[in-house]
Amino acid sequence: MAGIPHDHYEPKTAAEGWLHKRLPIVGLMYDTLMIPTPKNLNWMWIWGIILTFCLVLQIATGIVLAMHYTPHVDLAFASIEHIMRDVNGGQMIRYAHMNGASLFFVAVYAHIFRGLYYGSYKEPREITWIVGILIFVLMMGTAFMGYVLPWGQMSFWGATVITGLFGAIPFIGEPIQTWLLGGPAVDNATLNRFFSLHYLLPFVIAALVAIHIWAFHTTGNNNPTGVEVRRTSKEDAAKDTVPFWPYYVIKDLFALAVILAVFFAIVGFMPNYLGHPDNYIEANTLATPAHIVPEWYFLPFYAILRAFTADVWVVIIAETLTGGIIDAKFFGVLAMFGAIAVMALAPWLDTSSVRSGKYRPQFKWWFWLLVVDFFVLMWLGAMPAEEPYATFSLIASAYWFGYFLVILPLLGVTEKPLPQPETIEADFDEHYPPKADSASGAAAPAE
Amino acid sequence: MFYGVIYRLNRPDSVPARAYWANALQEQETLVSHADDGHEGTRRDFLYYVAGGTGAVTAGAAVWPLVNQMNPSADVKALSSIRVDISGLEPGSQLTVKWLGKPVFIRRRTAEEIEKANAVPLADLQDQDARNANIAEGSDATDANRSLDEAGEWLVQMGVCTHLGCVPLGDAGEFDGWFCPCHGSHYDTAGRIRKGPAPENLHIPPAVFDGTDLVLG
Repeated sequence: MAGIPHDHYEPKTAAEGWLHKRLPIVGLMYDTLMIPTPKNLNWMWIWGIILTFCLVLQIATGIVLAMHYTPHVDLAFASIEHIMRDVNGGQMIRYAHMNGASLFFVAVYAHIFRGLYYGSYKEPREITWIVGILIFVLMMGTAFMGYVLPWGQMSFWGATVITGLFGAIPFIGEPIQTWLLGGPAVDNATLNRFFSLHYLLPFVIAALVAIHIWAFHTTGNNNPTGVEVRRTSKEDAAKDTVPFWPYYVIKDLFALAVILAVFFAIVGFMPNYLGHPDNYIEANTLATPAHIVPEWYFLPFYAILRAFTADVWVVIIAETLTGGIIDAKFFGVLAMFGAIAVMALAPWLDTSSVRSGKYRPQFKWWFWLLVVDFFVLMWLGAMPAEEPYATFSLIASAYWFGYFLVILPLLGVTEKPLPQPETIEADFDEHYPPKADSASGAAAPAE
Repeated sequence: MFYGVIYRLNRPDSVPARAYWANALQEQETLVSHADDGHEGTRRDFLYYVAGGTGAVTAGAAVWPLVNQMNPSADVKALSSIRVDISGLEPGSQLTVKWLGKPVFIRRRTAEEIEKANAVPLADLQDQDARNANIAEGSDATDANRSLDEAGEWLVQMGVCTHLGCVPLGDAGEFDGWFCPCHGSHYDTAGRIRKGPAPENLHIPPAVFDGTDLVLG
């Protein structure tokens, strides 16, 4: 299955042979699990497993929560309290599901920035990258609809504000908004369909995750050097890689254990730390909470949405050029979705032939500035929409777009990259010199 | 495409797949390439188009109900008009009712409030459109065009901030009208936007008096 030469599954017994001829499922699992993986992967390569775990955690806790939840405007809020107070272990399951969403986003952002630093999006891994961005977008949709289900004040008003974004689309915006909501405002029809879609989308995500894995198992993993595994022969490939099982499975499980220790400390001792107290007030269609704030993982994009007000010159130009079709509200919506779209286009915007940021002296600075920018945007998204935050938001948003649309294309031309190692093996041996007794080349696993 | 399936089914075990496919594709080309070499449409081409077109229409017809079911249902649409008894409302007081899932402010204004709204020159307004569904579109945002009756006592408007849809607070803000706590929009005593990020005056829904009742929608 993988392009890297390695030993494939061979049925050993007659029974295995019988099954393999009819359904090569054991072979598929074997080849997936034994895939040759670069032996120099660092700790930033654990997030894939964390994300897979999160998906399983969310589906498992979500399915049982759905057994007790009622998607009706009169009953939803009470059914959440029922889960919290009456259902056996319900409080723990709900808190794990709530904070599981946060862990999911911590992991996905780490995973995305890992990819941005080490150039994992570059040829030939563009499809893996695009599918990944699609998964991220679906995650955001799923999380947003899930947050509406408890039918608290933040649920209701968050849903009102966010679905209002669709109303900003010129000409067809209002019919689309009505169609999405199933009425003139967020109401029972909206709650019902959000529940249905919140249940559906994780399975779509699961399918895309399978495609994501299939894609990078075809191209092989990227690694911190960005140098490809040698495919010249099985022996050469073996010098650059170790099989995923048991080496990386054990490493990833260790990382998962550490992260889960922190996760369950939060679930157990501060489960509402990342939430908003207003969501423990039942939705009231006639009173708005004083300060509507989305969940933390939406804040960077929320800040970009709000940054482009009517007095910003790009907005004024857009409004003039389109004869008012693109107004400030719609511009903000375009900017928010555009912020994700430019990430998806990174494989074509980055002109550098060097994959890993490790060997790109200028790129490093811009990259770390992007990371800072992301956290600044997150902070600004939580602040009220007034000065000086409005100006800061504009600058931070401009850098986000500038990084992808200007800096990535230019750096490939202006930057002089550092020398890269010949092979993964050479890089690995430099850090972990082979012991004298195993000089033959085959690295012996430590006891 | 259809040929592929048929050929696959017919491939005898003795023929290797690769050779068989090469042969099959060649045959297929000679059979169906009429359209490319400027031939007149044959009966077979016609059948392809008819079959493909029928398939597309059928798929569309099957998908449409699945899309349309998400539009407002009959019971939701049935609530598009409501009747409110306003006989108990004293000057200076306000009633908030829910119409189409959104709050509607019904205010019986005092003489002072009307005077204050009348005193504002049109040029001072951020939005000079009346935003009143009961009069001609694009009318000026004068106080007379905003109120529902001749005397200007009744102001009926959507309690939905035109910025991001929050509910403004009454008897508040720098212009003694409404104030939206979300992002700081100030509306005057005629519900017109005077300060803050909201782009438009509070919208006025279709409304008529019927005796002591007000009919919305």
